[in-house]
Amino acid sequence: MTALLLIGALLACALAPQFLGPPPISNRSTVRQARLVSRIDSLLPQTQCRQCGYAGCRPYAEAIARGQADMDICPPGGPDTVRQLEQLLGRSPTHSAPIPTSTTDTALAHIDEALCIGCVKCVRACPVDAILGAAGQMHSVIPAACTGCGLCLEPCPVDCITLVCGTGRPQWQWPRPDPATALTA
Amino acid sequence: MTRALHAFPGGLPLDHYMEWTCGEESLLQPLPERIVLPLQQHIGLPATPIVSVRDKVLKGQRIGAASGYVSVSIHASTSGTVTDIGDHPVPHPAGITARCIVIEPDGEDRWCEIKAVDEYMSVDPRRLQEVIRDCGITGLGGAGFPAHVKINEGVENAVDTLIINGVECEPFITCDDRLIQEKAAYVVAGTRMIGHAVQAKHRVIAVESDMPAAYAALARLVGDDIELVQVPARYPAGGEKQLIQVITGKEVPSGGLAIHIGILVQNVATAAAVYRAVTRGEPVISRYVTVAGTVPRPRNLQVLLGTPVADCLRTCGHEPDPRQRIILGGPMMGQHLRSTNVPITKTSNCILVQSEPEPAPELACIRCGNCATVCPVQLLPQQLYLDARAGNYEAARQHHLFDCIECGCCSYVCPSRIPLVQYYRHAKSHIAAEERRRDGADHARSRFQARNDRLRANTEEKPDADAINTAAANSEYVQAAVERSRTRRQARDATPPEAPEPHD
Repeated sequence: MTALLLIGALLACALAPQFLGPPPISNRSTVRQARLVSRIDSLLPQTQCRQCGYAGCRPYAEAIARGQADMDICPPGGPDTVRQLEQLLGRSPTHSAPIPTSTTDTALAHIDEALCIGCVKCVRACPVDAILGAAGQMHSVIPAACTGCGLCLEPCPVDCITLVCGTGRPQWQWPRPDPATALTA
Repeated sequence: MTRALHAFPGGLPLDHYMEWTCGEESLLQPLPERIVLPLQQHIGLPATPIVSVRDKVLKGQRIGAASGYVSVSIHASTSGTVTDIGDHPVPHPAGITARCIVIEPDGEDRWCEIKAVDEYMSVDPRRLQEVIRDCGITGLGGAGFPAHVKINEGVENAVDTLIINGVECEPFITCDDRLIQEKAAYVVAGTRMIGHAVQAKHRVIAVESDMPAAYAALARLVGDDIELVQVPARYPAGGEKQLIQVITGKEVPSGGLAIHIGILVQNVATAAAVYRAVTRGEPVISRYVTVAGTVPRPRNLQVLLGTPVADCLRTCGHEPDPRQRIILGGPMMGQHLRSTNVPITKTSNCILVQSEPEPAPELACIRCGNCATVCPVQLLPQQLYLDARAGNYEAARQHHLFDCIECGCCSYVCPSRIPLVQYYRHAKSHIAAEERRRDGADHARSRFQARNDRLRANTEEKPDADAINTAAANSEYVQAAVERSRTRRQARDATPPEAPEPHD
């Protein structure tokens, strides 16, 4: 009896891979490519604003990794991101477009509750699910999740969404001392 | 019983200039014309206003509620009317504004009803913590960390030694010295209360060896339950980690807290505030402030929180002079004030007037190593400086930048007059901002990914869902609203743009 069970178990183990679908492709170059995409993606600002022309930061990272996209078309990232991408990839941008200057990253979307008709169009446009609302109900922006990408502005039929700059008050930073005029600390 | 004291590495013997102000009775600063109370006078989240403009408030009334665990309440420092809740200049090195509640005093200075916790020995330590938070007590030594958070950590972890810090190591400052001389009973009773709350095995009150009057005042009151210790006057012996080292010989681990080695440190003014809060229910609405430096009558003042710095200077006979600079805090760690029209807050311990020094240009680092000798945390100041200057923030962090207590010893001894601490502060705030940005990006990335996964799953399950949604979005109801909005927009565009639209 025990022997039968044992044989059954062994058979199950041997046949399992055939029933569990094909094994994942573990081609070495694919793995390397996926890792590169992740590393590029980690340098991008994640606003998901599509100003680069791709459907988000990850698709843009994939395009860069394939060598199909230039590295200097990300306005929220600004020159810092271009520099970091250059370091990572060891190539410089072709300068098809001028290096963008970084925009204020503290802008947040704001819905004028008096005007909102609850059409859900902005909810569907938001790439990070930062707008909360149901059909016919007033919608609201979750400030902690909003990246200020502005993709919700265009679909709104009643123009009740605005980008409010400086809503997330920029954290003040100690300036770097200027060696020429520095006084004692 | 006498305690064997230890030494901390580095440090400086500084002239203290205490005799200017420590011998004279403190003055009551008169009621100002306007009280400006910043919602954030402590480390953590700013308080949430619970009054509105035109409300009448009484002295000691809670006007801002603690908005989280690491946050404390704020209270009206006198009776009057709330005239504004908005942005006003606050003590800040860049002179920025922050949310404040402005009160116009009615001159009556009438207290609201306050309630005491009757017998502190019988109350639950948790209740004591609530009292401390609701009375707005923060560390009154200078850092402004909410006192109840520290005490809560003390209740949850075993506290071996409670140290009440009366070591004012920065030159000129004597506000704690004066407080001890005038309110020694409060300090001692407050020490017993905190000691009871955290069930500390040992209770120590530490003063500096050049504070004989304060020592004598305390020596009359302490019993067997409290040790009174005089620590040698060496800057920065009053820093939390240095004081722990002097008294216990233990070192707080890098990146750790005092409580991790069983020690709780509170300032003497905090202890006195705890006493007042418990026995009378009195919140923190005033503090001792030393006015020193090149003023005609240097003195300690008892100032209502929210009083402008300029008023305190006027009491001491100071005439505004553009050649002088005003420093809030001590000469080593204080910050340069751009305007004296900023309020005294819970953390303002000293106003120092200095004649503007000759602009001293920074020279090249000659690697003399003096900075490393005096560093009380045994860091490598010149290495940190080079890293910060070159923008190698990650390297600076690996050289333990965040263990720097910004005491200023390295800048003080630097023969090239390099403002080292400014470089460290810049590097610290740059790293912190970068971390915040990265956290925000990670958050957005995960939300973007989650949304894409959901959409993919939806289309696999219900391929025609999109069509239904589009139909709903183009329903008559939406069309009517769009029409209304279009006419409104046309009407708006037709009128000449006199007043700017609020949302453009």
